[in-house]
Amino acid sequence: MIMKNFSGKAVFLDRSDINTDEIIPAKYLTENTKIALQPFVLEDLKLGGFDPKRDVLGKGVVVTRANFGCGSSREHAVWVFEVNDINVVIAESFARIFRQNMYNCGMLAIELPREEINILLGLGDDVEIAVDLAKGELTATGDKTVTCRFTLNEFDRKLVEAGGWLTYADKNY
Amino acid sequence: MGKTITEKIFDAHRRDNPTPENVILDLDVVMCHEITTPIAVTDLEARGMDRVFDPDKIKVVIDHVTPSKDSKTATQAKILRDWARRHKIRDFFDVGRNGVCHALFPEKGFIRPGYTVIMGDSHTCTHGAFGAFAAGVGTTDLEVGILKGVCSFRLPKTIKITITGTLPKGVYAKDVILYIIRQLSVNGATDAIMEFVGPVVDTMSMESRMTLCNMAIEAGATCGVCLPDRVTAEYLWPFIKDEYASLEMAVNDFAQWHSDADAVYWKELTYDISGLVPQITYGFKPDEVKDVTEMEGRPVDQVYMGSCTNGRIEDLREAAKVLMGRTIAATVRGILSPATPQVYNQALSEGLISIFMAAGFCVTNPTCGACLGMSNGVLAEGEICASTTNRNFNGRMGKGGIVHLMSPVSAAAAAVAGHITDPRKYL
Repeated sequence: MIMKNFSGKAVFLDRSDINTDEIIPAKYLTENTKIALQPFVLEDLKLGGFDPKRDVLGKGVVVTRANFGCGSSREHAVWVFEVNDINVVIAESFARIFRQNMYNCGMLAIELPREEINILLGLGDDVEIAVDLAKGELTATGDKTVTCRFTLNEFDRKLVEAGGWLTYADKNY
Repeated sequence: MGKTITEKIFDAHRRDNPTPENVILDLDVVMCHEITTPIAVTDLEARGMDRVFDPDKIKVVIDHVTPSKDSKTATQAKILRDWARRHKIRDFFDVGRNGVCHALFPEKGFIRPGYTVIMGDSHTCTHGAFGAFAAGVGTTDLEVGILKGVCSFRLPKTIKITITGTLPKGVYAKDVILYIIRQLSVNGATDAIMEFVGPVVDTMSMESRMTLCNMAIEAGATCGVCLPDRVTAEYLWPFIKDEYASLEMAVNDFAQWHSDADAVYWKELTYDISGLVPQITYGFKPDEVKDVTEMEGRPVDQVYMGSCTNGRIEDLREAAKVLMGRTIAATVRGILSPATPQVYNQALSEGLISIFMAAGFCVTNPTCGACLGMSNGVLAEGEICASTTNRNFNGRMGKGGIVHLMSPVSAAAAAVAGHITDPRKYL
């Protein structure tokens, strides 16, 4: 399995504690395919001025604040990004289950310090982010270009390189 | 250097250390419900890997929407049902025998001290009440658990939470955990275990300990845990009496899992709850908590009694004390969902169901339904619910609805008054 695409336009969600029910409300958990979730991404997000129909379209990277993905264990909160071609979330911090679900799906949950999130949020409305996994670097280009270093847990990196936990586990256990 | 209970459980279940920070654990129990499991099942089928690691270690229930409300939920139930039959999973609970997973599985004696447990459900942390390591996981973790019987975790760090004093009148485990989350915040325990100890926990029933551990996830914790003792052994006795010559021997055996006196903790916190008043959430996060007295008079449209937090017999008994001889306000819809058939039956035989119905409550079958806005009590835009559940997220019980979390007694008081009120005046 090849690795996913880890670059794209950024969508900024400037709020902490965005929970799984905001990312994908429970009423859509009755869907039995991932693709069926696609229209409902961030439908209940409580964030002034944010319109999920308009603001997620064509985006590839989410940039947000602390404790992203708190609440439910629903992997639907990861899949709904995946089926919208968003494979990277950059945040000050994550809830454990959401973070693990990202890596389990071969996707990236990158933690950056608050100061660097502030810088990314200050780059304007049209920002392109490219992640270089091998270098542990991401480059964001908006009003100007900035580069941020990040570190991944080594096991999480292996999961991303394997294309997810199932493939890794099937090979190793 | 001593070890915590969770470190001891990790040591006993360690399959691999892929890195110094990560550990792969062997699993004793993998629990499944119809919301997060079907996609794991269909994915395993699509990969040609439709196998289970051990059908006796897999426990399955249909609980979130049951009986099915439409074609989609019927399909989810059918996928799970067919899969359980195909793999000869004996512990499968369908309509008539089903209940809220985190209330049902403990009742069946499936969770024992020292166990490792996962489920595709964040409130799996409830089972830490038995001295187990029990964690909510996503569907991929569940899928690997079903297939291989393993799950990956980071090395555990533990917050020791000592609860001292005595529970005041009208204050229950729910108030204690809301108060602790109020102090810790919604990510104060992320990647950590919340180990609950002290004289208050020692005297708590298993039901109360489950309430305490149930909401550990609301502070971000991987698991809540209580040290297994005589209370644990007495609860489990019908299931373990063939394994131990006496209750005393079970209690002694369970003590092997106790944290050592010189165990190293990430943080140590102590709360004296002697002066605690009933707690209630006011916002859209479980750490937005106030004293109930600060919320006096806020009208409610619906009162929901049930869930994996507070749908057990002890909860119904306490709420019934408030409802006995009273009727709920004409403006309030009261909904009771006993968490399991056993709770329902027990409540019937104790006359509790009659008390709820005489007060004006509707009694539904055991299900998670309303707690996450899926069925049996969904809120309309702008409606307010006094709820004994565990999440007050924006839209949780229905788009635009507002949820205030509280104890069963506070919820019963709100039902009678028609608004949020101090329940102590009804006791």
